[in-house]
Amino acid sequence: MNVRVSRAKMGWLGLYAATYLTFIYLPVLLLPVFSFNDAIYVAFPIKGFTLKWWEEMVAHEGMLQSLRNSLKVGVAVSIISTVFGVLAAKAFTRYRMPGSRALTGFFSIPLVIPLIILGIALLTVLTTVGVSLSLYTIMLGHVVICVPFAMFIMISRLEGFDQSVEEAAQDLGETPWMTFWRVTFPLALPGIMASMLLTFTISFDEFLLAFFLAGDQLTLPIYIWGQLRFPKKLPSVLALGSAILLATTILVTVAMMFVRRKGD
Amino acid sequence: MPDEAFISILDVSKHFGPVKAVDRVSINIAQGEFFALLGPSGCGKTTLLRMLAGFEAPTLGEIYIDDQPTASMPPYQRPVNMVFQNYAIFPHLNVYQNIAFGLRKEKLSRSDLDARVNEALALIKLEGYGTRGANELSGGQRQRVALARALIKRPKVLLLDEPLGALDKKLREQMQIELRQLQKSVGITFVFVTHDQEEALTMSDRIAVMSEGHVLEIGSPEGLYERPRTRFVADFIGTMNFFEGRVRAREGGKIAVDAERVGEVQVPADDYDFNAGDTVVVALRPENIRMRPGRPDLTANMAHGTMSNAAYLGDRAHIYVQTEGSEQPILVAMQNLDGAASSATHGERSVALQWSEQAVLLLRPE
Repeated sequence: MNVRVSRAKMGWLGLYAATYLTFIYLPVLLLPVFSFNDAIYVAFPIKGFTLKWWEEMVAHEGMLQSLRNSLKVGVAVSIISTVFGVLAAKAFTRYRMPGSRALTGFFSIPLVIPLIILGIALLTVLTTVGVSLSLYTIMLGHVVICVPFAMFIMISRLEGFDQSVEEAAQDLGETPWMTFWRVTFPLALPGIMASMLLTFTISFDEFLLAFFLAGDQLTLPIYIWGQLRFPKKLPSVLALGSAILLATTILVTVAMMFVRRKGD
Repeated sequence: MPDEAFISILDVSKHFGPVKAVDRVSINIAQGEFFALLGPSGCGKTTLLRMLAGFEAPTLGEIYIDDQPTASMPPYQRPVNMVFQNYAIFPHLNVYQNIAFGLRKEKLSRSDLDARVNEALALIKLEGYGTRGANELSGGQRQRVALARALIKRPKVLLLDEPLGALDKKLREQMQIELRQLQKSVGITFVFVTHDQEEALTMSDRIAVMSEGHVLEIGSPEGLYERPRTRFVADFIGTMNFFEGRVRAREGGKIAVDAERVGEVQVPADDYDFNAGDTVVVALRPENIRMRPGRPDLTANMAHGTMSNAAYLGDRAHIYVQTEGSEQPILVAMQNLDGAASSATHGERSVALQWSEQAVLLLRPE
């Protein structure tokens, strides 16, 4: 049966779609617009074009330092949690284990615990055992919430290709480790890339855990939150936000391309 | 039984929890033999093959390959290679890389490697396909690449897990012959798993028929088809009519059996140790029954009936003949010689069936 949508219905659907997209993207698109606006206050009408906020942003050492911190944490978290995710996924998809279903559930608990609770809990434990807060404690917190994402991406990837190719590699003389390296890894690579990009993005804009676990070195979201108290700093924050928006869009687009790419 | 066992499967069992997938199986396979493991799905044949490859460890028993015990040998150290059911072609590699995959450890020079791979490509008649991606191959080509990838390792034994199952009928028949010729030319022992009895008959030197984890019979294709010793094998290989019966007498070098539907059956006594009063199963291949119209007087090895149904199969016809007082028809196969089958399917409905003493098999009831 051919479903033909009537013209009137199309109109309503179109209106709905347009409203929806406007609500989601318009505020985000205002960010770059105001970052070029020659005024301190974020308000219409637009006063004029200027690059001074961008110049201020580039010259702002505190902001750039927190950006570097965020990148460090993000890269480390993406690598660590993806490694854990690959190992967990390999175990869940390739070995017969008692209680593996319960274990997957257990691994995904960090996804459903409110971050504020997780943050307080981690903070309590870390201070109790006497670990001083630093970028490493932020990394730790982020790894906890990123591993489930990495694991589920990798499980779907490893389940997605025919597992007899791994047996074939062993049959052709390769040890389990070389089999992983020559067969499993290249076939899982799109999933690994997607997992690294996603976990990086999660870590990069995570606020709550970082807020609880930060020492004297701040990550970008905490820094930006601190800057909001100073109206004069806001436009340069907008400039930074626009830059990050652009970078994130590129990253996620690339990640989606990897996820969609079929390995066989 | 071969003189020298190249592969010895000694009293091997494999249990998966409470399930005995393979139950106390012993098989000896000679060097250079084309050996088939035949049985319906779930009979344990693939599990047995996977134990030969090293992917499963026997729960009990021991497997020797070329006099070496294999218990502590992982798959990557065994002198065997396998062609997987779905071929397991590496999707991220091209044909050349797939075939060369197992040669990494031999550390060949570039030119030696090229020579080996090209030789393998020639063997499977895919010269010039080296740069093709794994996804650009047809089913038949994938099957050949899987074969070349295993054979290039020069294994002592090649294991094949239903290698022709995914191919269409014409290609399958062609590959059966090619595989058989290939095996003869490379001289490697082939162990071949299939559920297709016709395939096993066409290709193998010997066949082990398996059911529910057990090996029921091992024998040549001719032996298993013409002289099966169990009802399961008689039924599984080819088609067979079965009639329950009781031995009436053993005299004058003959055994006389009273059987349901077909009356008195006489068989040469030399082949059997049945005596008067024993219950037996009379087995008769459809192609060994001759059919002609009319109702002549009955003697031994004859029956009357009425044609109830006929299936025209082109080269032959299957005719179902109903005997008096029985629901179950007797199946008669008739060669379509000069159109005999097509005229028979339209001919006289009252017929006489007749067969020779040699065509009758007596089996022990199960």
